[in-house]
Amino acid sequence: MTPRKITLTVNGKTRSSSAEPRLTLLDFLREHLSLTGTHVGCEHGICGACTVNYDSVPMRACLIYAVQANGHEVETVEGLCNADGTPGPVQEAFQEAHGLQCGYCTPGILISVTALLRATQNPSDKEIKEGIGGNICRCTGYAQIIDAVHLAAKTLKGTSA
Amino acid sequence: MSELPRKNLLHISRKRWVKEDKRFVSGTGNYVQDQAPVGCKHVALLPSPYPRARILSIDTAVAEALDGVHAVLTGEELARHTEPIIQGLNLPNVICYPLALGMTRYAGEWVAAVAADSVHIAEDALELIEVEYEPLPAILDPELAMAADGPLVHPEHGSNVLFQGKFTWGPVAEDFTSADQQLSFRARWGRSATVPIETFGVLASWHEGTETLNIWASIQMPKYAELTATALRIPLDNIRVFNDVDVGGAYGVKRGIKHTVLSGYLSRKLGAPVRLIEDRMVNLASGDAHGPDRIFDTEIAFTNEGIIKSLKIRALDDAGAYPGRGPFQLAKPISAITGPYRINSVHYEAISITSNKCGQVPVRGFGQAPTNYMIETAVDKVAAALGLDRFEVRRRNLICKDEFPYMIPSGTEYDSGDYHTVLNKVLDISNYDTLLKRRKWLRSQGMLAGIGVATCLEPSGGNTMFEYLMNPSAEITTFMESCQVRIDSHGRITGIIGNSSSGQGHETMVATILGEEMERAPEDIRIIHADSRAGFPTVAPVASRMAIMLGGAAAGAARKLKDRIMQIAGHNLGRPVADVEYEGGAVYDRTDPARKLTWQDICFIAHNQGHKMPDGLEPGLQTYHVIKVPNSGKLPDAQNRVQLYPCFAFQAHIPLVQVDPGTGKVTILEYYIGHDCGTVINPNIVRGMVIGGVAQGIGAALYEKFAYNPDGQFISGTLADYVMPSVFEVPYVEDVEHCTPSPLTSHGQKGTGEGGYLGAPAAIASAVNDALAPRGFSIHELPMRMADIEELLNGGENT
Repeated sequence: MTPRKITLTVNGKTRSSSAEPRLTLLDFLREHLSLTGTHVGCEHGICGACTVNYDSVPMRACLIYAVQANGHEVETVEGLCNADGTPGPVQEAFQEAHGLQCGYCTPGILISVTALLRATQNPSDKEIKEGIGGNICRCTGYAQIIDAVHLAAKTLKGTSA
Repeated sequence: MSELPRKNLLHISRKRWVKEDKRFVSGTGNYVQDQAPVGCKHVALLPSPYPRARILSIDTAVAEALDGVHAVLTGEELARHTEPIIQGLNLPNVICYPLALGMTRYAGEWVAAVAADSVHIAEDALELIEVEYEPLPAILDPELAMAADGPLVHPEHGSNVLFQGKFTWGPVAEDFTSADQQLSFRARWGRSATVPIETFGVLASWHEGTETLNIWASIQMPKYAELTATALRIPLDNIRVFNDVDVGGAYGVKRGIKHTVLSGYLSRKLGAPVRLIEDRMVNLASGDAHGPDRIFDTEIAFTNEGIIKSLKIRALDDAGAYPGRGPFQLAKPISAITGPYRINSVHYEAISITSNKCGQVPVRGFGQAPTNYMIETAVDKVAAALGLDRFEVRRRNLICKDEFPYMIPSGTEYDSGDYHTVLNKVLDISNYDTLLKRRKWLRSQGMLAGIGVATCLEPSGGNTMFEYLMNPSAEITTFMESCQVRIDSHGRITGIIGNSSSGQGHETMVATILGEEMERAPEDIRIIHADSRAGFPTVAPVASRMAIMLGGAAAGAARKLKDRIMQIAGHNLGRPVADVEYEGGAVYDRTDPARKLTWQDICFIAHNQGHKMPDGLEPGLQTYHVIKVPNSGKLPDAQNRVQLYPCFAFQAHIPLVQVDPGTGKVTILEYYIGHDCGTVINPNIVRGMVIGGVAQGIGAALYEKFAYNPDGQFISGTLADYVMPSVFEVPYVEDVEHCTPSPLTSHGQKGTGEGGYLGAPAAIASAVNDALAPRGFSIHELPMRMADIEELLNGGENT
């Protein structure tokens, strides 16, 4: 297949590369841009491990072709870190509440939660469930994830006040 | 025997951040799939379209000619250059290679493999391989598989029965004769597993210059390097398994031995790194990662007061086409075959059969979850038969706290416990009276509603004696673990462990124990994962054993180093060791506390000042400690009575569910759990393990099944078909801890990785059956899926 040239914004930076039309955005991020924080789970849109913010909306990178992302904005887990690479506030809340175990679904969940907290300052449990309902975590049973989201909301509110 | 936990623990049991979490939240974990060295070849696998077929011919020529393809491998070539993969049982005629040889034995079995420049090219090439098959009738039903005249999965073995053993412990016949009542039932545990979000992956890279096969893999498996070396016909020290690979969930199933043999062979053949990452279809259909698939036929003898005297259990398990270590999951539950109950005698018949399904793998709890489901079903049945409260029947049968150590009929001694208190604690947090009112209110609203109860033991610490019970010829009885510790000249402590981790937080656990023993901050202690050649003897993070075994090894190593530090300090203070005191890493003279050596002083002396070292003490500060399983080392007696696992954690679960009478949909409204794993090392990790296990148990109880249609085709090949619980299906679980320390471990700790999964399926089943009871129904088959419940309630009218 003939690769096509694409240009997109990833974590605030313009990135240009070429991609075969059959390459998913997921594989493109991981293999062409070495952004391996976004994980491969099922490659058919169920598990949510590959969730990225796509024009600010959480979407499955396994269901988007890289060529479709031409001209779009993508945010991955790496983009949630502070400029010096230390964990950002949502990530730090997940550390504090231990809202993870093996870490494999975590990047996708952090992306979903970031989008949720940008839209909703003080999410209820129900809103949190809606926010992470598309991400399967096999380790935690979700309780500590819900705790982490509440903690992150509190931290972010404190920061913005 | 070690000391019981000290009263004033510095670090253990205190909330602290989990060391591993930083890299995971940053997206900088080191998973196998994150590595693709230059020149790496990628593997795709051709599945068999038939559950059972003779392979008449394979034509690979066109596929080999495709640009970017480097090898097309068949079973015939692989079998010429490798040994069959060793099975757990003694089955010389059950031959297992990574690729089918002459015959396929389940739908999805790998028939050929392609290595190419990209996985896309490799998948393109699969379509160019021509295979001619002669389809044959398949055997799917485990009971039919036992019949003599049906198709044989492995004809050379002569039967589909892989193991059949009968064990009688105690006066079963007398207890049945003397009991007031008896009842019997059948319960079925469906074929499911713990299916991690990361599929299995391996990167194998042969380095001719050092004659080393370097392996990065998402494994959680005992003897992985040994099995690989044997299959590839190379010395064990030619294998180097890197353990600093983060594993994206494992829960028992990340074994991947056939993947590794295949990739290792291809790497050596091609002189290039070879990477095999399962896609989800391969993972579900042919990753050798299906769990127990078990039919229990159980008889119970009990008194009119609800005291259970004896059990007769027949467990028939379908190990699939290639059993691996799967059948041992029938033997491990012998370690708690009577559950937490005072049951006088047991008869246990364990049967493992082979069928035309994907092979079985050890799953979280190693067979204990199905067995516990059966035991708890039995207790509920006794309560129902006598019209007694289910909690009351449990109270009457639970072992009392003053009876420990308690020997069960099969020869295992339970170390410690306080089951009644844990049960009371969970009843308290559930506000049980309110729960009853809520059930009543739901029922008044036309809903079916039920409260469940299940207790369970979590045998922990591991021990390979279960293997001995099913395969004494192998004579394997050791299950050790080790930890190396070094303190460098700058005073930094490094703990070296020999395993990879898959979310259990081993780095945090070891750092906490080293910090506790050395009285240093765990945050300043680095834990590294040595590769398989550099690490000391180890098994794997299985069997709910790492807190006990790795934690015990770490404590042992720390104590040795502390002794050495005291000797150095005593020598330099001019005092005998008995007269110096260790505090926070510094050592002072008891007779004159102003005289002391700091931690930095001692580390500097040890590494740099030989003239200040006591005679005979080696320079530097480093050591290792290897421990054996507590209470282990004996062979079974003539009645096959033997100590299996050493330590026993306990849980009690209480869920409230509603069942929609129209659709059969089960919703878990509330879930409470009381938990006792002895001394908790890290509260966050323990809570996560317990609740995470419950979530997987909910999946096994209600949703998850590796299903085959009657023709033997696999019909659960996506995560839309193999349904795992999302946050909508898992309620916010509330837990309460209790601590009954183990007298057998370094700090009183017991295992905690499995219990949630062991108890939850039984508890959910109990709740659903409580909900269905007013309508006169009960279900004793997992998963209890919505359509099945609806069918039961309404004859399937609404589906």
